[in-house]
Order: sequence, then C-alpha cells, then structure tokens
Amino acid sequence: MAGDNVLHVSDAEFDEMVLKSDIPVLVDFWAAWCGPCQAIAPTVEELAGEFVGRIRVAKMNVDENPKTPGKYGIRAIPTLIVFKGGQVAEQITGAVAKSQIVGALDKVL
Amino acid sequence: MTAGLYAARARLNTRLMEKISPGGQVLTTDWVDNYPGFPEGVSGFELVDRMRKQAERFGLEIVRGEVTRLSREDDWILVHMTESTLRTRAVIVATGTIPVKLGIPGEIEYTGKGVSYCATCDGPFYRGVEVAVVGGGDTAVEEALYLTRFASKVHLFHRRDQLRATGILREAVTTHPKIQIHWSTVLTEIHADDRKLVRGVTHLDLKTGQTGQLPVEGVFLFVGQTPTTSFLQGFLELAPGGYVDTDLEMATVQPGVWAAGDVRSKVLRQIVTAAGDGATAAFNAEKYIETRFGYSHAPKTTGAPAGVAS
Repeated sequence: MAGDNVLHVSDAEFDEMVLKSDIPVLVDFWAAWCGPCQAIAPTVEELAGEFVGRIRVAKMNVDENPKTPGKYGIRAIPTLIVFKGGQVAEQITGAVAKSQIVGALDKVL
Repeated sequence: MTAGLYAARARLNTRLMEKISPGGQVLTTDWVDNYPGFPEGVSGFELVDRMRKQAERFGLEIVRGEVTRLSREDDWILVHMTESTLRTRAVIVATGTIPVKLGIPGEIEYTGKGVSYCATCDGPFYRGVEVAVVGGGDTAVEEALYLTRFASKVHLFHRRDQLRATGILREAVTTHPKIQIHWSTVLTEIHADDRKLVRGVTHLDLKTGQTGQLPVEGVFLFVGQTPTTSFLQGFLELAPGGYVDTDLEMATVQPGVWAAGDVRSKVLRQIVTAAGDGATAAFNAEKYIETRFGYSHAPKTTGAPAGVAS
C-alpha cells in the first residue's frame, strides 16, 4: 500500500519531522470537510510511493493542528507545500493534476 | 459519471479518464439540496462518492490521466493522454467547467492567501472576520450564505442591480442579517499585507463612480465558469465561450463523439441535468457502436471500447 509511505504529522512534530528532515518533505494540508482534499489524497499517496527515499510525504490535518497552517499563512486547502532545508521551496493551492505536483517535486530534487 | 454508469451497464468496454478525481465542481459544493432522492439534501462529496461506487459496481474503470487532444483515424477516435493513447469507437466529453478568473490585481498572487474559489474548502479559515463574495448567481449566493457560518460579516458584491440566483436563494440572501449586498459594485483590486495575506479590497460603484476600500480577510470569487475544452481545439469547432454544441441526443458534429453536462452549450447547468445528458449520451453511443460496428452485448473483454473523458 502506497498509504504506508505517508506520515501523519502534528504541530508538535512538525519541526522534527519536516523542518529538520534530511530530504525534502511534501506536506499535504487537509481537512475532513474538504471535498477537493479527498480528491487529491490518492494522488498524494501514489507520489509517496513513487518518490520513496527521495521525498518524504506527510499529511497535516488543519483542524487538529491550527498552529502550523497559521504560521505559513495557509487559508485554503488543499495546500501542498514542499519544504527543503526547513524552507518553503514550492507551494501549490487547490486540487491539481498529478503532473503539476510531480513538476514541483522534480524542481526541488 | 452517469455516462460511465450507463455505458458500463450496457456492457461496453468503458474507461473514464479523469484528470484529478471524479466529481469536479460537485466536490467543492458543501450541500446539494436540488438533486432528487435526497430529501434532507446530501454533501457534494458524498453524492460524488455514491455515484462513483454505483458506476464501479457495474465495472466502470476509472483511470487517472489528462487528455491532451483527440484525433481521428478512420472510424477510430484516438484519445491522446500525457502518458499514453487510447483507441476507441466512441468518446463522451464530460469535462465540465472551471471557475472564471476576475482578472484584477492581487487575484492570482493571493490565491490561497485569502483569495478563494471554494467556500466549502476555505470557509473555516475565516472564523470571526469579514469576507467579500463576488457574483450574483446561484453559486455566489449559496456560498455567501454558507460563509455566514464562519465570518462575522459577508459582503456580497454584484455588478448588476439584481441577482441572477434562484428565488429561494435570493430571499435568503437579501434578508440575512450577516450579509450586506453591494449592488452595481465591482472589485478593482485585492490588497495584502507583507506576509501576502489578504487584508482588504478596493471597490467601485458602477452607478456613482465612487471608489472605496473595505477591510476583508477573504475574497471568494464566483463570477462564472468556463468550459474545459482546450483539448478539443482543432478537432471540434467550439461554440462561443468554448462550449460544445450538441443536438438533443448529445451528438456533436464529429461522428462517434458526444458531449454531456456543463461542458455543453445549454441553459441550465445542474448535477441533475448533467446526469440526464450522460445517460442520453451513453445510450446513443451504445446504439452507434452496435449499428455501425456490429458489436452487440459482447462480453466486456471483447466489447467495443468507449471512452468517457471527465
């Protein structure tokens, strides 16, 4: 299952698991009430499998974790942010085609 | 999706090509109160989920992929995708529409930072603050009403002096204590702070010529939809606005190509009318394949391929 490659990250773990990661991390900010978030979830899981070892893939529930979305000024979901070396390297808002996410991931690698 | 359901039940070898995920615009709809059979209404996401499961129960294969163009090779239609090409006897175009951009400064720059096209997705980020909604149709009014659950005040900007939305929605929006309607008024700019988070808008009263500023943190734009048909250019002549013309049987001018749903030139774009279109298109595609190529209720593996692009 590709889903096994997706981490679920909380506000408390964000520093350790995302900002201090030795490889780039794609974080999918989502919530249960958001249809387009459900729509891209399978794509994000696929990418976790395809980029395993090169990019870590994490999901953050914005309802349970308000601090991190606030810090990064996230006011729309789904928002996908690729963090590299603790910094925002790429950001995509809204449900987009897989090719667009792959493009963003290729850029940071 | 309905085209897929009918085609699968007709035992056509059917594939539904989907760019992101089945459901499209319905996924961004919080609550659907006008699809028959759901007396209490149903969430957009659940309705899509139920439709997908129903179609898959009859063997519809949903493939993720982006269709880049169509072409013809004798009686075959080639569906070109980013990574592969599908050869098929019939294609039903059901690609729907995407939101129109307003085209004002700040709109693209601050998308996701206060500018939104989906109240269901982003409404909860605006608890206790003021937001602006732009538009005058059903979607704009529904979303303005939805946003009153979170926002302290909703400013509805409409460039005309009356709403296009249906009666029950007009009543609700004009009497809602949290909604202020700014008639004959357009937005001319969206402003943000140094974190690029939206902090306000400039508006222009079209009748008086007066401009003003309003401190809102969210700007929700529902100024119409535009059809997803660029992949048809050079294959099918499009109607003004990019829509696909069909006859009453959903047939386009290209033999073997039908269209269904919001992507068609028509008056009423609703889930229920799209579903009706889909059923008609799939039925006619089946008849076409049967009479033209002699395939008839063949087992799925040897049946005539039919594609549904969504």
